[in-house]
Amino acid sequence: MNRVVITGLGIISPLGNSATDVAAALRAGRVAIGALTILPTENLLTKIGAEVKDFDPVTQFSDKQLPLLDRCAQFAVAASRQAVTQSGLDLHALGSRAAAIIGAGVGGMTTLDESYYRVYAQGSKRAHPFTIPKLMISAAMSHITITHGITGPSFTVASACASSNHAIGVAYSMVKSGTVDAAVTGGTEAVFTFGTIKAWEALRVMSTDTCRPFSKNRSGMVLGEGAAIFVLENRDHALARGAEILAEIVGFGMSSDAADIVLPSADGAAAAIRACLDDAGLKPEEVDYINAHGTGTVANDATETKAIRAVFGTHADKLAVSSTKSMHGHLLGGAGAMELAATVIAMQGGFIPPTANYAVPDPDCDLDVVPNEARDQQIGVALSNSFAFGGHNAVLAIRRA
Amino acid sequence: MSSEQDIFEIVAKQAKTDAATLTRATKLADLDLQSIDVVELVFAIEEKFDIEVPYSPSEQNTAGISFQSVGEIIDAIDRLVAEQHPA
Repeated sequence: MNRVVITGLGIISPLGNSATDVAAALRAGRVAIGALTILPTENLLTKIGAEVKDFDPVTQFSDKQLPLLDRCAQFAVAASRQAVTQSGLDLHALGSRAAAIIGAGVGGMTTLDESYYRVYAQGSKRAHPFTIPKLMISAAMSHITITHGITGPSFTVASACASSNHAIGVAYSMVKSGTVDAAVTGGTEAVFTFGTIKAWEALRVMSTDTCRPFSKNRSGMVLGEGAAIFVLENRDHALARGAEILAEIVGFGMSSDAADIVLPSADGAAAAIRACLDDAGLKPEEVDYINAHGTGTVANDATETKAIRAVFGTHADKLAVSSTKSMHGHLLGGAGAMELAATVIAMQGGFIPPTANYAVPDPDCDLDVVPNEARDQQIGVALSNSFAFGGHNAVLAIRRA
Repeated sequence: MSSEQDIFEIVAKQAKTDAATLTRATKLADLDLQSIDVVELVFAIEEKFDIEVPYSPSEQNTAGISFQSVGEIIDAIDRLVAEQHPA
C-alpha cells in the first residue's frame, strides 16, 4: 500500500479565495456570515449566508468557457487551478495515472433555478441549450478533467453533506492502492438561489442570525458556498520529484446509520470515527484536533458530542474540537473539502481554528470547542468529520508532514 | 423582409467574429463552431424570430433544412418565419 500526501490545495470560499487568505481568516476567527447580497431577500426568512466575495468569473474564464460553467463549476475549476499549480504536478503528462473525484450535493442549482424560472414563471417556450451540461452534478468535475488533461478515472460523489469527504476518501483509497499516482479531489457547492433557500427554510433548521455551533443558544445552520480542491499524490511519487508535502492523509472511515433521512445517530457517527482510526492505525490518544461537522443545529451538535465521547473516552476532554462552519457556513457538498482545507491550514500554521459565535455553554456539548479565539497549538494528527442527511458518515484523518 | 442582417449578427456573435466578415457563402465549419455552439445558435435564432427550428444533429430530423452555410440558414429561417407567422 502507498502512503498518500497532499501536495496542492486551492480554495474559493467565504473566508477568502486562496489558502493564504483563508489561513489569515481562520487564525483571526473572522466570521464570513453576513447579509445575502447575490439575490433579493425580501421574500425570504433567511437573509444571511456566507458568500464567496471578490470572485469575478469573467477574469477567470474565457468567453468561450464561461457560458458552460455553473457557479459551482466556476468555483471548482478556479480552486483546482490553484491546487494543481501549487503541486507543480504535470497532470497532462500523468494522463490516465491521474483521477478526478469531486463531491457535490446538488450540482448546478443556479442553472436549474434560472431555467425553471424561465419556463414556469416567465412562460418561455424553450430552455437555454446549455441547461443540462451546466446543471448536471458531475459538470464541475468534468471541467476539471478538461482543464488539466486528466484521462484516468473520474466521477462525482454525492452523499449530501458528506459528499466531499467521501470523494476525498475514495481518491485517497485509489492513490493508496496504486490505481492512480495522483488525484484531484475535493468538493464544491453554489447554493444561493431563491428556490434553494426557500426549500432549506421549509426544513426549519436554518438560523436567521448566525451559526453558533455547540453553544446552548445555537439557532441552526447557515449556508455557505465555495470549493476546496486538493491534489493527492503517492508519497514516493511526490518525494521523487521534490514536491512540497502539505500533510499526509492517513485514514478514512465510513458508516451508515440506516435509520432516519434527517436525524443523525451518535452510534453511526462513532462507527465512522472508529473506522477512520482503525484505517489509520491510530490510537484515540494520538488525535489532537477534530474539525467537527458542527452544523449549529440542536440535533447535530449534541449527537456529535456524544459520538466523540463514545470513541475517545477520557481523551475526549484533552482534544480540541471546533466547528469552522461558524465562520464559513455550511458548504453542503463542499463542506468536507472546505473543512479538510481548514484542518490542513491549521496543522501547517500550528494553531487550532476557533468555534466562532460561541456564547453559552451547553451541558450536552461539553467538549473543548475552542471558543471564539484561535489557539496556538501544534497539531500532529487531526480528524475531519462529515455526517450527512440520510445517515452517511465519513471521517478523514491527516498527519503533519 | 429577409432575416439576412439579423442572422449575420447572431452567427457573428456565436462565432465571436465581426458580422461584416460573413457572407451567405460562409460555412459554419469554417467558423470554429462546435456542435454545442450550433445548438446555441439555433436557440438564439428561435428566440429572435419566435419560431421553432426543427434542427437536429441527426439529418433525419431536420425536415430538409441544411445548416452548412450562412445562406442556407437565412433561407431556412425566412421560410420558417413565413410558415409559422403568416402575414
